[in-house]
Amino acid sequence: MSEKTSTELATAEHHGEEPLFPLPPHRHRLTDTDPRAARRAERQVATMFVLSALLVVAFVAVYVGVDVRSTLNLGPFGVVNASNLLLGLTMGGAILLIGIGAIHWAKKLMSDEEIVDERHPLGSPKEDQDAALEAFQTGVAESGFVERKIVRRSLIGALLLFPVPLIVFLKDMGPTDVNVLRETLWKKGDRILVDITLQPLRPEDLNVGTLVSASPEGLNEVQELEHTQNARAKASIILVRMKPEEIRSQQGDNWDYQGILAFSKICTHVGCPIALYQQRTHHLLCPCHQSTFDLSDSGNVVFGPAARQMPQLPITVDEEGYLVAADGFQQPVGPSFWERG
Amino acid sequence: MTSSSVRRHKATGLAVLLVGLLATGFGYAAVTGTAQASAPTANASQIEAGKKLYLEGCATCHGLAGQGSSDGPSLIGVGAAAVDFQVKTGRMPLAQPTNQAPRKAPVYNDEEIAALAAFVASLGAGPAIPTAEQVDTEDANLAEGGELFRTNCAQCHNFAGKGGALSYGKYAPSLMDATPTEIYEAMLTGPQNMPNFPDASLPEEEKKAIIKYIENLQQGDSPGGLALGSLGPVTEGVFIWTAGLGLLLAAAVWIGAKVR
Repeated sequence: MSEKTSTELATAEHHGEEPLFPLPPHRHRLTDTDPRAARRAERQVATMFVLSALLVVAFVAVYVGVDVRSTLNLGPFGVVNASNLLLGLTMGGAILLIGIGAIHWAKKLMSDEEIVDERHPLGSPKEDQDAALEAFQTGVAESGFVERKIVRRSLIGALLLFPVPLIVFLKDMGPTDVNVLRETLWKKGDRILVDITLQPLRPEDLNVGTLVSASPEGLNEVQELEHTQNARAKASIILVRMKPEEIRSQQGDNWDYQGILAFSKICTHVGCPIALYQQRTHHLLCPCHQSTFDLSDSGNVVFGPAARQMPQLPITVDEEGYLVAADGFQQPVGPSFWERG
Repeated sequence: MTSSSVRRHKATGLAVLLVGLLATGFGYAAVTGTAQASAPTANASQIEAGKKLYLEGCATCHGLAGQGSSDGPSLIGVGAAAVDFQVKTGRMPLAQPTNQAPRKAPVYNDEEIAALAAFVASLGAGPAIPTAEQVDTEDANLAEGGELFRTNCAQCHNFAGKGGALSYGKYAPSLMDATPTEIYEAMLTGPQNMPNFPDASLPEEEKKAIIKYIENLQQGDSPGGLALGSLGPVTEGVFIWTAGLGLLLAAAVWIGAKVR
């Protein structure tokens, strides 16, 4: 192994060997030849480090002095939170100046002579290899690993079984019961409540062209019980009303009520909630991947990557005249899953 | 180091906010004033004038008696609110038959629009132009408006009301220029492909809350600074993949470059 600067290399005897990749002759920088340039570079680096320190002081000053709710109007950049902006600028600037200063220092002032650093031979010396092998063989002999078969085999068996718990744990990643993906809260007689306000709906509350986002009654109690939004994620529906003669087909006989149709709100592609209903074309467009469903034609896919129609919820009215589900969903809502079949 | 400049900027922000609020207030007063003035008082001469304008400018597509044709939907029962919205925002009459009716400068003046609205309202009962009281958002609940907006409007008009793409060249327009009366009328009548939200499923109080939320969006005080059009991951992605990555590449080139 040897280290030689390129100047040395250029002048050294090569013992007859030509270097495989000869280095180009070294070119000195301005800072190597002109002491004034070197001093200038030195001052620049020091200035950056000092500025960095000042910015740290400024950071503390901003933290203490600037009201966290105050804003700055930056014209074309809009209105920003003054405290956030100034804290970010001071801290970011402090870190950046240390980095830039260090690189400037390395580029201008540290030695930039090219050196050749030859590779070590990869193997250990022969005597080290022999010693290691001897120690290993002594260990094998003294432990009785070869003679004591029962110990050896039971150890191998134990080690082979050891990863099993890790594989068993993988089970926890999947649903414990895939039936939760098949069922929603909707069942026969559940009132349809408008989202947010939770008021029940009568058929006359919807005009032709009306869109309503809705949920089943009892959703809030279930969510309080479960502490999750899972029930809502599956049970969200939209209600639309069109002229009965505009309905070309449905997923079941008379699943509408006087032209009011209820469909799942969850895209059958990858499960985005969709309510981009175009009342003229009766198309429901998913903003995520542009799957388009025709709600006047059984919710069938007319465009995009979705593979299955939008599940329809059969609806009717109860004796008080409110819209209710006539039954639950007849197919799983949302994206496909492995066990869906 | 910055406390005095911060205070100065804070005052500037306050002044800008005040000017904005005043402008909104006066603009609002002007708009609601005209809405009130143009509320149709169904008198026969106005309907007659409206009929003349209708036969001249609308009947080609919507039919001589407003019954509709292959080129335009029926206007029976759409009400004065639909006419006021469509004609006042310049969407009707259409410049050419397309998938989208873009907002443009109105062709008719307020008096003519009121006449047209009165005529179309006489064809069949439909929603009336909202009164100034109906679009007064003074007591509306802003937070509830936000929730209702995200549930009912944001899917098409974008979470910040900037509009968004629909299918086959159609798009949901930006709400940044919409007046409270226009928003109310749009929710009531469902212009073009927008579904309608009648008072029965979205009561007046909730419409007011939504309008208040949109007014809040229109003031545009995005606390995060440059909103990049509030279009979500598209513009933000373009920005960070070009400007952000470009800066990193430039830094890498600078670090690796030899000095002379």
